[in-house]
Amino acid sequence: MKTIRIGTGAGFSGDRIEPAVDLAERGDIDYLVFECLAERTIALAQQAKMHDPDGGFDPLLERRMRAVLPICPKKAIRVISNMGAANPVAAARRTVDIARELGLSGLKVAAVVGDDVLDILSPDQFRIDEAGCTLAGFEKQVVSANAYLGAGGIVDALVAGADVVLTGRAADPAMFLAPQIFEFGWQMDDWTRLGRGTLVGHLLECGGQITGGYFADPGIKDVPDLARLGFPIAEVAEDGNAVITKLADTGGFVTAATCKEQLLYEVHDPKRYIQPDVVADFSKVEITEIGPDRVAIAGGDGSARTGTLKVSIGYVDSCVGEGQISYAGPGAKARGRLALDILHQRLLLAGIAHEEVRGELIGVNSVFQDAKSGPSEPAEVRLRFVVRTRDLATAARIGEEVESLYLNGPAGGGGVTKSKREIVAIVSGLLPEDQVRTQFEMMEA
Amino acid sequence: MLQLRDIAHSRTGDKGNISNVSVIAYHPEDWPLLIDQVTAERVRAHFGTMISGKVIRYELPQIGALNFVMHDALGGGVTRSLALDPHGKCLSSLILSLPIEKAGA
Repeated sequence: MKTIRIGTGAGFSGDRIEPAVDLAERGDIDYLVFECLAERTIALAQQAKMHDPDGGFDPLLERRMRAVLPICPKKAIRVISNMGAANPVAAARRTVDIARELGLSGLKVAAVVGDDVLDILSPDQFRIDEAGCTLAGFEKQVVSANAYLGAGGIVDALVAGADVVLTGRAADPAMFLAPQIFEFGWQMDDWTRLGRGTLVGHLLECGGQITGGYFADPGIKDVPDLARLGFPIAEVAEDGNAVITKLADTGGFVTAATCKEQLLYEVHDPKRYIQPDVVADFSKVEITEIGPDRVAIAGGDGSARTGTLKVSIGYVDSCVGEGQISYAGPGAKARGRLALDILHQRLLLAGIAHEEVRGELIGVNSVFQDAKSGPSEPAEVRLRFVVRTRDLATAARIGEEVESLYLNGPAGGGGVTKSKREIVAIVSGLLPEDQVRTQFEMMEA
Repeated sequence: MLQLRDIAHSRTGDKGNISNVSVIAYHPEDWPLLIDQVTAERVRAHFGTMISGKVIRYELPQIGALNFVMHDALGGGVTRSLALDPHGKCLSSLILSLPIEKAGA
């Protein structure tokens, strides 16, 4: 039975670069896939593109391409990535320039477009789930609207001979599903295989999270050599079942436990993992260790796709001001609490308009708000005071109030930091798939 | 009395204002303890005011895993939350402090 080997080159935008180079050089892989686009990244990239029409793609594209392009073409490894972000065409152009500088003449780079649906959304028909209203009734400044594309556009680019495929917003697993559809000739209504291919994509999309990253808990779950963590490889068979593995002499491990944690990562109903191309079914997946760093994945399934695509809307939500200050030594927690009391009063006394307030002590209750205090006194605490406001000028006053605790608050406060930021947030809705036209543009170095 | 951490491991994921937390048995023989004692109601009570929506439990017996989907759990959503940990990444560690009763332990 034919098998292909797919490696993960990055599991998030800031991921380490050496493991991708290692996989390209020694992984005997056919595809190297870089997943670099978080929920909000594309909205921020859209704003960057407004300032610079040639910008708006992943700032690390340059470094990643310079690291792997000297290796991939000569080993016939094709590269797929969503580093195109808000501007896949500019990202492809830049990649072609880099390829030429590296002497890779003839390298074919495709940009998949069609995810930017800002101009085609009907204000009166498109419903925003979180806001419970139509786009027309949404009273915020919208900066982007991107549909999660399926594998189709990437498959088309591979058929046309692309060595590198760059997308904007595509469903993360679809970037891994596409080469399986292309290599095995799966039909786009073969729900079982599309479901299995999606499962492989889901397991691979977070890179090191399946090879022992984000897993270690000393004494209970020890992981070897995390500083040299290797990224995963899937050996996929024609029927869509797969083995997850990694290079033997890299850090981390692939075990049934690492695969189980990743299987359920960001999954809601395991029977209905909704994707553009298929509703994948992870509920009967079998996970079996078959050798060192080798885990067999079987039993994935799927059912017919929904016919709608999820669309992420980026909008300017609010502004946030924040200040922090530390207290240490005996009575640190009590002094931190006194400082919080003062800040809550100052908001009212100084007449600072605010929409939401959060005051907490890092080391006591900043993550777990209902944490029950133990008998022991923390050696130190760090106060964090964060307030949502309408505008940046008001947000700036929050840090100023925290800073004023130096001369006007409890004893021994130190190390103030303050910040203010505009929040671009995300809401979402569904768009019929026939309203989205996915195409690719091919360029050659 | 055991802690959930003694028999299971966990990972959190986020989508918008929904957090999912997996609870996975290290050993198949502990699966009945998870089914009986790690209920949606107990998980909701454990997280207290952090979760303001419904909590749904999904079961995957063949891999010894539960998946809890917790609505309105991320301070209004990852991209606008004021929380220090807007993704709720730390929830997976917090759930492992849940007390578990096991005969003989």
